[in-house]
Amino acid sequence: MRDVRFAVLTFPGSNCDRDCAWVLEHVVGVRTELLWHADVDLRGFDAAVLPGGFSYGDYLRAGAIAATSPALRAVRAFAAGGGLVVGICNGFQILLESGLLPGAMLPNAGGTFRCTWVEVRVERADTPFTNQYRSGQVLRMPIAHGEGRYHADPVTLRRLEAERRVLFRYVHNPNGSAHDIAGILNEGGNVLGLMPHPERCAEAILGSEDGRLLFASMVHWILTPREVARCTF
Amino acid sequence: MRRVRVVIFLKPGVLDAQGQAVAEGLRTLGFAVEEVRVGKAIELTVPDDAQVPEMCSRFLANPLIEEWEIHGA
Repeated sequence: MRDVRFAVLTFPGSNCDRDCAWVLEHVVGVRTELLWHADVDLRGFDAAVLPGGFSYGDYLRAGAIAATSPALRAVRAFAAGGGLVVGICNGFQILLESGLLPGAMLPNAGGTFRCTWVEVRVERADTPFTNQYRSGQVLRMPIAHGEGRYHADPVTLRRLEAERRVLFRYVHNPNGSAHDIAGILNEGGNVLGLMPHPERCAEAILGSEDGRLLFASMVHWILTPREVARCTF
Repeated sequence: MRRVRVVIFLKPGVLDAQGQAVAEGLRTLGFAVEEVRVGKAIELTVPDDAQVPEMCSRFLANPLIEEWEIHGA
């Protein structure tokens, strides 16, 4: 079996980068490197993770300043070449602010930071990120965010639904997110953003292992011959 | 040098949770208030204000959720 290589990007204020690297290295068992955002070179990597945290203190808007980092130029090129990219929580916010995913995040409707366990439904299992789950499977995952209310104009929302790009949906909406959206895909199906933290629920000792299969799905997709595993949209 | 002030608000119709909390605080203090919207102001000192509109649309504000006014230009 060939080496699968994951990159985890660290921005100033990222705080889930080491958790992601731990899970990838020691639970999923793939080669993983932490890359400082100012000198990101993704050549030779199979996948890139934009971790959670509070990049640049969430100043201006969550993810807005990190989106100007040279790392995002590298991520954009990497994604354009078909590389797998997953942005978790603040990483999702960065992907939205950089335009790699459509829409924007607003402060939670309730006005409070939400740090809690939620149930999240897997909407489809034929993607690089969910092929080890069952379609309709409900996962137990933690969220921890102040700005997680997904917002997009009605045309964009209709398009996301029509193209089945809503990959994860909250069973009980914790933040006022449009269409109960917890995670979406880009047009190519190789860039995912999600608010729940799969890296915080990848080992039984943490109360849930449901997040592990997201990373395992990515590894499975990377190792499967492309004509079989290619995303169908 | 020019000093320019940019005032940014969530678009009308976009729920402003912070504004709602502030309105609740005002009501608790006994003030009559119908609605509160909370925005932010950014003051820029620039050699030339021609680029300020682009600064707003590309970075200072998110056109998907916010609107802005440029003062002093």
